[in-house]
Amino acid sequence: MNAGTAMDLAIVGAGPAGLAAATEARAAGLSVALFDEQPAPGGQIYRNVTLARSAAQARVLGKDYAAGRPLAEAFLASGAAYHPSSTVWRIGADGLSFTAPQGGGDLAARHVLVATGAMERPFAVPGWTLPGVMTAGAAQILLKTTGSVAEGAVFAGCGPLLYLVACQYLDAGARIAAILDTTPGGALAAALPLLPRALRQPGLLWKGAGLLARLRRSGVPVHRHVAALRFEGEGALARACWTSGGRDHALDCRQAFLHHGVIPNPNMTMAARAAHRWDAAQAAFVVQHDAHGRTSQDWLWIAGDGGGIAGARAAALSGRIAARAIARALGKAAADPAILLPDLARESAARPFLDRLYRPAPQFLAPRDEATILCRCEEVTRGALARAVAEGCPGPNQFKAFTRAGMGPCQGRMCGTTIAQVFADLTGQDPRETGYFRIRMPVKPVTVGEIAGLPRTDQQSAREQ
Amino acid sequence: MFRPLDPAPQPMVSVMLDGSPALLPAGANLAAALLAAGFTPFRRTPVSGAPRLPFCMMGVCFDCLAQIDGQANRQTCLETVREGMVIARQEGAA
Amino acid sequence: MAAVDHIVVGGGIVGAAIAYGLARAGEAVTLLDEGDVALRAARGNFGNVWVQGKGATAPDYADLTRQAAADWGDFSAALQDETGIDLHFRRPGAAYICFSPEELGKRAATLAASNLKARLCSPFEVLDRATLAERLPAIGPDVAGATYCPDDGTANPLYLLRALIKAMVARGGRYLPRHAVTGLARDGAGFSVETPQSRFSCGRIVLAAGLGNAALAPLLGLSGPVRPVRGQILVTEKLSPFLPMGTNFIRQTVEGGCIFGESSEEVGTDDGTTLPVLRDTARKAVTAFPLLRDARVVRAWGALRIMTPDGVPVYQGRDGAFVVCVHSGVTLAPWHAGGIVEHLRRGAFDPQTFQSFQPERFDVQAA
Repeated sequence: MNAGTAMDLAIVGAGPAGLAAATEARAAGLSVALFDEQPAPGGQIYRNVTLARSAAQARVLGKDYAAGRPLAEAFLASGAAYHPSSTVWRIGADGLSFTAPQGGGDLAARHVLVATGAMERPFAVPGWTLPGVMTAGAAQILLKTTGSVAEGAVFAGCGPLLYLVACQYLDAGARIAAILDTTPGGALAAALPLLPRALRQPGLLWKGAGLLARLRRSGVPVHRHVAALRFEGEGALARACWTSGGRDHALDCRQAFLHHGVIPNPNMTMAARAAHRWDAAQAAFVVQHDAHGRTSQDWLWIAGDGGGIAGARAAALSGRIAARAIARALGKAAADPAILLPDLARESAARPFLDRLYRPAPQFLAPRDEATILCRCEEVTRGALARAVAEGCPGPNQFKAFTRAGMGPCQGRMCGTTIAQVFADLTGQDPRETGYFRIRMPVKPVTVGEIAGLPRTDQQSAREQ
Repeated sequence: MFRPLDPAPQPMVSVMLDGSPALLPAGANLAAALLAAGFTPFRRTPVSGAPRLPFCMMGVCFDCLAQIDGQANRQTCLETVREGMVIARQEGAA
Repeated sequence: MAAVDHIVVGGGIVGAAIAYGLARAGEAVTLLDEGDVALRAARGNFGNVWVQGKGATAPDYADLTRQAAADWGDFSAALQDETGIDLHFRRPGAAYICFSPEELGKRAATLAASNLKARLCSPFEVLDRATLAERLPAIGPDVAGATYCPDDGTANPLYLLRALIKAMVARGGRYLPRHAVTGLARDGAGFSVETPQSRFSCGRIVLAAGLGNAALAPLLGLSGPVRPVRGQILVTEKLSPFLPMGTNFIRQTVEGGCIFGESSEEVGTDDGTTLPVLRDTARKAVTAFPLLRDARVVRAWGALRIMTPDGVPVYQGRDGAFVVCVHSGVTLAPWHAGGIVEHLRRGAFDPQTFQSFQPERFDVQAA
């Protein structure tokens, strides 16, 4: 089944980058199709932004979030073909393949823009797979979807999103049991040389300082320079245990929210065989791209956090830049993408400072406790990795073959970066040398029937009724 | 565990949850609705039978898997509550 | 310069088995391997310990296969005892699934012919659809039948590789990954081997480098006539057990995932996947087992088989240099870890025993 005639541009992701790119591309006269897994536009940062909100909810979610609404509305009015609840499982020079509730198919497209954004950096500590442990991003998504909060939660980690969600919880009147801040001692001093550049984006820093001050005033116990963390419980989270100030602590809790920054979700661009590099500042593998977002594959472009973390406003700008460049590549008379580059630079100015300040400590990037599960899907521990390295295992792909790490349905998303760093740690290499799992399509699990091009069984039986 | 910020009643629809009838908010994100309803765990892993609940809520972690309308291993965080949905815990392999 | 007795080039299933066999026999052996990302047929292996139909027109190969398969149980148990690694070896037999009565008839005839010439007999049954459905209730309505052989089995090729390397090292062998061979020559009575890190000298050398044999063998005056033939494979999420035996193109692993594929393409060293082939493969799988329709594929890859012109192995060796070209590394692992070792120690594959496996047979055809 084909999704219509060949498109000029297929976009994957309805976050700020994808939405802005689609709108800009349509304005330049391109035919555009946009695919997204969620049922409504906004991606994660603007999730459910088109939903009607009660005043209480709107107040908690804040003005930055509400800024996503005009983006979504402009997209919905742009004339782009919109495919919500659709999962793209393959991209290529010919276009892409996708699944959808009404039956998927292939779309022919001349260019593909990946705007799939970021994911939370996997924060692997003992007990992180226990029911009750989630990411701070998940807490925020629960605010944005059902508008719900958990009472008595522990917030652990560091970085702007952690503090933002904690403040949103305060605004919601939810009790926070403790904040376990893992920002390493000396991080601020190390980041100070990057502060002058960050001051070109003063609004962001001001906002961040405001969040931290709010948390300090709130009376919520804040433990700083947390150097070790684990969760305990039988079948569900019962307590958080940590080390800070040279002492061990424990606190009963049934809910914990983790955050150690966000990193690109690289599977789609890796499967397309675009070149990637290890970004030491962001401690993540990032697709290589030029100033307009073009990758090493000339049909493939990246915009938004997927090309390097820089936040929502930068994402929208990079989407518009890529759209203009793609339009020009197709011979259309589009506005010059270069005009927007200074704005993009300004919107990303604080990033190096934040990346340095909130870079997780080495023992969190590369866990050392042998019992820590690294691969959640296949339950492969750090101890298994150490044993494989001792046997001479040369890298993550051989390790995957020998232990099944990375073979589960998440396709290495939750473990790839951590495993590369533990490998590097154990062998004295750099993650750049260690490498990553070899990622191939399907970039999301898709049924055998869908690959076979057969109609879905539930569809079929519905038709037969 | 998760309580709604807005105490105003929402329209509910009836579903089957692990063999028993239940009411969930119409049109809500399924994983969020199940968490609010106290459904736990969503699945037990095929490797060790360990209990799991959603971790990321955005389609990346694959821990929110449950059986929906007879199909195994569906990501509940990508689904919306529908009248008549049949939801069951994912016990191990599909 | 490091002086060793045996060097085996190639850390795949063939090389690792040979290195383990040598180490087990008390020989000093070094196994040279490439890095984490390489054209590794070992990581693309299907995992069948396959007898039926093998060597249908090459009785010596059929015998080699049947003997190795018969030894697999003991081989696997011994390796598990030594390493603690379970190779997941099972021998429930396997069905070669046929989609038409013509295909079934042709298949049965092929198997009968192979039994006439081989020394070891391999029993088989021809199953019509009804009988097949009794043994495989999940089989689809459009399957005509199958030939079933009780000697066929399955194993986990990845765990096999891990166990072979581990056992070799435990017995004093040396495993050197990231040591691709960049130079190779006879050096007096022995050989000198160059890698990016260092040069080695040895008294005996075995080339088990899969596709790499083509370039390396001529450096020693040998012939490694192999070419890549790509097979595209799909792997599903873990499923409840439904496939209690092997088949020719689909099997269910002990963990529960289903692995299937049956394509052959000549595309050079491109180990990628293509939509048309994956579609055909998926359709065939659903025809064979309709329940797979809703099973999710979590991985797909292209694997490059190591194919000689006739699919029959090449075993060539003289004056201490050997080349081994084999595409059934899993099935023949017991032979590579066992029976072949005495020949390696002698320094040559004697032309009588190994007559059917000499590469000169291709020259004869060309002439």
